[in-house]
Amino acid sequence: MYEIIRKEKLNPTITLLEIKAPFIAKKAQAGQFIILRIDEYGERIPLTIADFDREKGTVTIVFQELGYSTKLLGTLNAGDHILDFVGPLGVPTHFGDAKNVCVIGGGVGCAIAYPQAKTLYQNSVNVTGIMGFRNKELVFFEEEMKKVTNKLYICTDNGSYKEKGLVTDVLKRLIEAGENFDLVIAIGPVLMMKYVSLLTKQYNIKTIVSLNPIMIDGTGMCGGCRVVVNNETKFACVDGPDFDGHLVDFDDLFMRLQSYTSQEQEANSHECRLLGGKRNA
Amino acid sequence: MPNMSLKKVPMPAQEPHIRNQNFDEVALGYTPEMAIEEATRCLNCKHRPCVSGCPVQVNIPDFIQLIIKRDFEGAYQCIRETNLLPAICGRVCPQENQCEAKCVRGIKGEPVAIGRLERFVADYHLAKGEERVEKPESNGIKVAVIGSGPSGLSCAYDLAKLGYEVTIFEAFHSPGGVLIYGIPEFRLPKRIVEHEINNLLKLGVSIQTNMVIGKVLTIDELMEMGYKAVYVATGAGTPNFLNIPGESLIGVYSANEYLTRINLMKAYNPQYDTPIRQGKNIAVIGGGNVAMDAARCAKRLGAENVYIIYRRGEEEMPARLEEIHHAKEEGIIFKLLTNPVKIHGNEKNEVKAIECVTMELGEPDASGRRRPIPVPDSNHLIEVDTVIVAIGTSPNPLIRKTTKGIETDKWGCIVVDEKMATTRPGVYAGGDAVTGSATVILAMGAGKIAAKSIHEYLTNQLS
Ligand SMILES: Cc1cc2nc3c(=O)[nH]c(=O)nc-3n(C[C@H](O)[C@H](O)[C@H](O)COP(=O)(O)OP(=O)(O)OC[C@H]3O[C@@H](n4cnc5c(N)ncnc54)[C@H](O)[C@@H]3O)c2cc1C
Ligand SMILES: Cc1cc2nc3c(=O)[nH]c(=O)nc-3n(C[C@H](O)[C@H](O)[C@H](O)COP(=O)(O)OP(=O)(O)OC[C@H]3O[C@@H](n4cnc5c(N)ncnc54)[C@H](O)[C@@H]3O)c2cc1C
Ligand code: SF4
Ligand code: SF4
Ligand code: FES
Repeated sequence: MYEIIRKEKLNPTITLLEIKAPFIAKKAQAGQFIILRIDEYGERIPLTIADFDREKGTVTIVFQELGYSTKLLGTLNAGDHILDFVGPLGVPTHFGDAKNVCVIGGGVGCAIAYPQAKTLYQNSVNVTGIMGFRNKELVFFEEEMKKVTNKLYICTDNGSYKEKGLVTDVLKRLIEAGENFDLVIAIGPVLMMKYVSLLTKQYNIKTIVSLNPIMIDGTGMCGGCRVVVNNETKFACVDGPDFDGHLVDFDDLFMRLQSYTSQEQEANSHECRLLGGKRNA
Repeated sequence: MPNMSLKKVPMPAQEPHIRNQNFDEVALGYTPEMAIEEATRCLNCKHRPCVSGCPVQVNIPDFIQLIIKRDFEGAYQCIRETNLLPAICGRVCPQENQCEAKCVRGIKGEPVAIGRLERFVADYHLAKGEERVEKPESNGIKVAVIGSGPSGLSCAYDLAKLGYEVTIFEAFHSPGGVLIYGIPEFRLPKRIVEHEINNLLKLGVSIQTNMVIGKVLTIDELMEMGYKAVYVATGAGTPNFLNIPGESLIGVYSANEYLTRINLMKAYNPQYDTPIRQGKNIAVIGGGNVAMDAARCAKRLGAENVYIIYRRGEEEMPARLEEIHHAKEEGIIFKLLTNPVKIHGNEKNEVKAIECVTMELGEPDASGRRRPIPVPDSNHLIEVDTVIVAIGTSPNPLIRKTTKGIETDKWGCIVVDEKMATTRPGVYAGGDAVTGSATVILAMGAGKIAAKSIHEYLTNQLS
């Protein structure tokens, strides 16, 4: 059992949990993820390690309450326990010797992009951050990101906070203005990662994206997480989740992510089982 | 006077049209009378050909004679001398290629039902309830076992018996390997596996789940933590795909994902949150046990038509004979000499049909089976909404990717010598991780050999 020691609601649908998991905290690196199972009846869900504290032995996760399991997770509080918590899984992000990096987060992807920015910043790399949200209400992690970037840009789809526009608009402007990024890291919705990759391809800037296909075991045993990269089948859990954005088949990924949509809608209608976060087994 | 019936005493089983709607065990097991009647078919041969057919040399005629004497517990102990998991092997061994293939009664008529008898005595023993397991005195030496499938379990058992302090590290949230996540409840009830695992715990073995070795801890770190030897039994779970167009469509699964959702994560039980597609028409590609299991699970989840699509003929199918019979009885439709070439989708990118070609058998290939060749212009469509790919698996990649000094071959199988020693001192390996996907009994046998070798190694090392 893994204890939740801190809970914070970052916006109406995004929640942060800090969890006691010393083994994982000791090993975690930017770009890796965990798989958790809330209780005996739970699904296994993958979430990125948004932060870790090796001394306190804690791992932080930030998640969007999207479907049944993430909503159930959102009902837990500090002091509650999670049954299974496995990690760190996946290959840590490989930054190479980049000196001037643009880290882009879209929506909940900002939480996933944060450890990357933090690692780069601590290694004295020049980090430009771009965060994109649908509207002002959804903005989170602004202060955290500020601390680990040299420059930070925030945009909203409807202009209700800071700049109006998409992350690709900001990125394009910066590149045209002469920013010489040698690496772009883009994490967020599939479409966002796709359009960032198309843009950076034009300018020939190396781009890393973090893919989030459906996963079960996270050890290369089910093939549920298969993605097409450079026309080859890769398993995101052991070969990724980071891949070269210029080689990923985003349309294929987008399609595979729809697999359980209708069933999730059904599970979501079972709200009664969410009450209090405890099940009537 | 031996019973000269040419046929085995039939196995009581749930009726096909009832069992294909539930996940309870299909074969119900012999009664003591049936077991004794079947046991009397054994001729107690002096040269014991059946024993040579068993990968772990179970003393078959001896345990069968004990059944005739109604000493069922004695029979159980006799099997246990060489086989740790009789209740499991009696159910899942491919007996027709092993012990029973060598039985002299099989020359004319059916062989003695060795598997069913093994299962009978094991179930008799289990029914007696809780066992007293003596925890041996510890010798204080720590050994790590990676993977809790049959190979890891049997190695841990033998080492614990010798007094070692054994810890099993398992990546999943429950121990048991394929016995838990792959083979379905209706063929191998999970309580049997759990019983064996409990006995291991009573012996003092510690099982740590959620421990993905290579990620959470590496083999080097285990060594630093004071484990003096390591047994790698991580199995062969990485699914192969067909590499044909349409494999990313919604509704295409690997058999491992499908079976894991159903068996480990109990998607058939509404109390669990695991989602699974409720297909109407399902194609399962492949002809092994995995394909049969996936097809029979699909039927039980309510599919109307379940097709097994296999590119060779029934004779060449690697699945256990009994499973092929059971699948047919349950209404699974066999499309033999048929090979998929493309999966078609609808406008929502959901599977709509599978396009296949007809095959014919040519000359034997390297495996000795006749090579299937496509018949020109034989393309045809089978309408399905779900496709399950069960065309084999390769060894799990993580240890290979994260550990230095362990040699693997071009298929990713760990290279070992006859003592199961890898190229790295103190590290042993066995089971599917070494052989590629094989059988429960071979995995178990390898675990026993490894335990013996580890004991020798540590005795030399520490003296
Ligand atoms: C390596 C990895 C890291 C991830 N990191 C984070 C993270 O840090 N924060 C976060 O909020 N989410 C993250 N995700 C996505 C997260 O795992 C899913 O949102 C979650 O599993 C949905 O579970 P659910 O039961 O609540 O929703 P579901 O009820 O399963 O589904 C709701 C919707 O989400 C889609 N969906 C289902 N599974 C996934 C999945 N694995 N990825 C994306 N969409 C999915 C469904 O198709 C459906 O449309 C990550 C995914 C992966 C693979
Ligand atoms: C659906 C199906 C049906 C089958 N039917 C039969 C049958 O009827 N008869 C028969 O004889 N055989 C059958 N087999 C084959 C048989 O189950 C295997 O040969 C046998 O289980 C192999 O045992 P093992 O211990 O080597 O590996 P496994 O049983 O595969 O166990 C390996 C374990 O290691 C764990 N693991 C993997 N990587 C790591 C890691 N890095 N760290 C920690 N743990 C890890 C896995 O989670 C797993 O629990 C079947 C297989 C399948 C999939
Ligand atoms: S272990 Fe398997 S092969 Fe050996 S006697 Fe038992 S059923 Fe036959
Ligand atoms: S070969 Fe058959 S008949 Fe002979 S001892 Fe073995 S089981 Fe009995
Ligand atoms: S999650 Fe199962 S193979 Fe990647």
